[in-house]
Amino acid sequence: MSQGPFAFVAGLAGGLRTTARTMRRTAITQEYPDVLPDLPPRSRGVIALVEENCTSCMLCARECPDWCIYIDSHKETIPATTPGGRDRQRNVLDRFAIDFALCMYCGICIEACPFDALHWSPVFELAETDIRDLLHERDRLAKWAQTIPPPQPLDPAAPDPAELAASRKPARPARPAADGAAAAERPARPERPERPARAERPDRPPRAERPAGAERPERPERPARPPRVEPAERSMPLPRPQTDDHGAEAPRAAAPEAPAAPEAAAAPEAPATAGEDATTQVLPTVASDPVATDGPGAQA
Amino acid sequence: MSVLEAVIRSVAVVAAFLVLPLLVGQTEHKFMAHMQGRLGPMYAGGWHGWAQLIADAAKFVQKEDVIPAAADRGVFRIAPAVALIPYMAGLAFIPIGDGIVGADVPASAFAVLAALGVGILGHLMGGWASANKYSMIGAMRGAAQLVAYELPMVLAVASVALAAGTLSLSGIVEQWQPWWLLWQLPGAIVFFIAALAEINRTPFDMPIADSEIVFGAFTEYTGLRFAFFLLAEYAGIVVMALLFTVLYLGGWAGPLAASLGVVWTLLKAWIIAAIIVWMRVSWPRLREDQLHRLAWVWLIPIALFQLALTAVVVVMTR
Repeated sequence: MSQGPFAFVAGLAGGLRTTARTMRRTAITQEYPDVLPDLPPRSRGVIALVEENCTSCMLCARECPDWCIYIDSHKETIPATTPGGRDRQRNVLDRFAIDFALCMYCGICIEACPFDALHWSPVFELAETDIRDLLHERDRLAKWAQTIPPPQPLDPAAPDPAELAASRKPARPARPAADGAAAAERPARPERPERPARAERPDRPPRAERPAGAERPERPERPARPPRVEPAERSMPLPRPQTDDHGAEAPRAAAPEAPAAPEAAAAPEAPATAGEDATTQVLPTVASDPVATDGPGAQA
Repeated sequence: MSVLEAVIRSVAVVAAFLVLPLLVGQTEHKFMAHMQGRLGPMYAGGWHGWAQLIADAAKFVQKEDVIPAAADRGVFRIAPAVALIPYMAGLAFIPIGDGIVGADVPASAFAVLAALGVGILGHLMGGWASANKYSMIGAMRGAAQLVAYELPMVLAVASVALAAGTLSLSGIVEQWQPWWLLWQLPGAIVFFIAALAEINRTPFDMPIADSEIVFGAFTEYTGLRFAFFLLAEYAGIVVMALLFTVLYLGGWAGPLAASLGVVWTLLKAWIIAAIIVWMRVSWPRLREDQLHRLAWVWLIPIALFQLALTAVVVVMTR
């Protein structure tokens, strides 16, 4: 009424006109039980199982957020087909069930299946009077497989599949000859000789040369921190050998504090030394065992 | 009037009271649905869901009758009847044809208005006895609405009675002439708006505003008692539409009034009811203060103006 009574009445008339116009139009309601709905392609009704494709790999069951897929299987031995050959084993599906009382129709199982054993079917009339009947066993799931619609034709404007696009990509131009030799060996490789040099850094002598007694004076400087606890905190607390290599372990626990991160990062590029370096630094507790047997501990 | 005649008239009134509100309700179902781009009930009874309201009644009968623990049980129980009976009594006084009336009394216009004013007591009783704040708010809104709108309504009816020189509804219809449509137009508008407010129809449905106060005075009601309140609402539409027809549209006046009089009355009343439904679909609800402002600032002055105009015309023409 703020705009005066005439605008108010005009607004009321406009409301009446709108509803009267709607009344003259035919409702677009689809009367569902009598008229089946016009479902879009790829509509998510029920999940169908193509049993032949299933290898009982359990990927679907493990990816399912609701844990609504039940798979039982056993292994069968296929005897060798040639004399002297090796027997083979294959998985045999015993049970495949989807509990549609739990399923939330996310489709992750269908995405996860590597062998296209699961498909969406547009059948949606799944109501049951007993919730237990919503557990569809393999025979019912296989029946849904007959309702899987054929795949939609590709959109003509869609980009090519990744495989086609890769095959059509022009070949890479050849590299210059001088670089070619280095490229064959990977640019990172030449750095490998540097690694022994790093191992001889003054703050961290090679393990075999480390005299057990030389590092011992460090211990009194940090009396509050038991040397054993610190590495265990940084990694998994594994059981450690309670032998007399106690003293030899102490400096190693203290020393790598600063360079721990760079060494861990550098480990993959040096396969020859990484085995030792990575295990000693990233997982010091595990590495203590070989050190204890043939390292400085044995010397002590 | 013999006992038999009284019984027949009573049964006829009760039958009309049970059938006509259902017709209005079905009209509302279908009109509302199509105005909202839906189909409405389509299954009950087979043909376009004609039996939907009968099915609803069967459903309401089966429902549990819950009475809140803190409720005033006796008052809570009889409140739906108090809301329902006045409309039945009002319906008995309204003629739908020449001599076709439940109870022909000399001052039937007065009797109908007096009976309709009692209906709000049922709302007040239900709202108070429910021990629910929303019920209480709804009942208070309904009572305030009645006080505000009874006055312009009575003034508008007084104008028609003055024009016809009688308080009898049958007498008013007999005196009615087509040019009264124009003469009594302001009063008709006032009466229509006041009737909408009195029967709590949109845009004056604050007493049961379901988006604000759950369902007003009916919040705590279930089952058959709730159905009685709903029946009272639709009976209110029937009574008000018939009253408007008789007062302002000439009742059974029309071609072949001698034989088709009843049809004309019911048809006119049905159109009025359909307009009431149409308004419900189209318009939002007024705020409580806007409701009272409309009554006191617009309707009562217009009703007084109509009364003065009627008096001047009556004095000058007779």
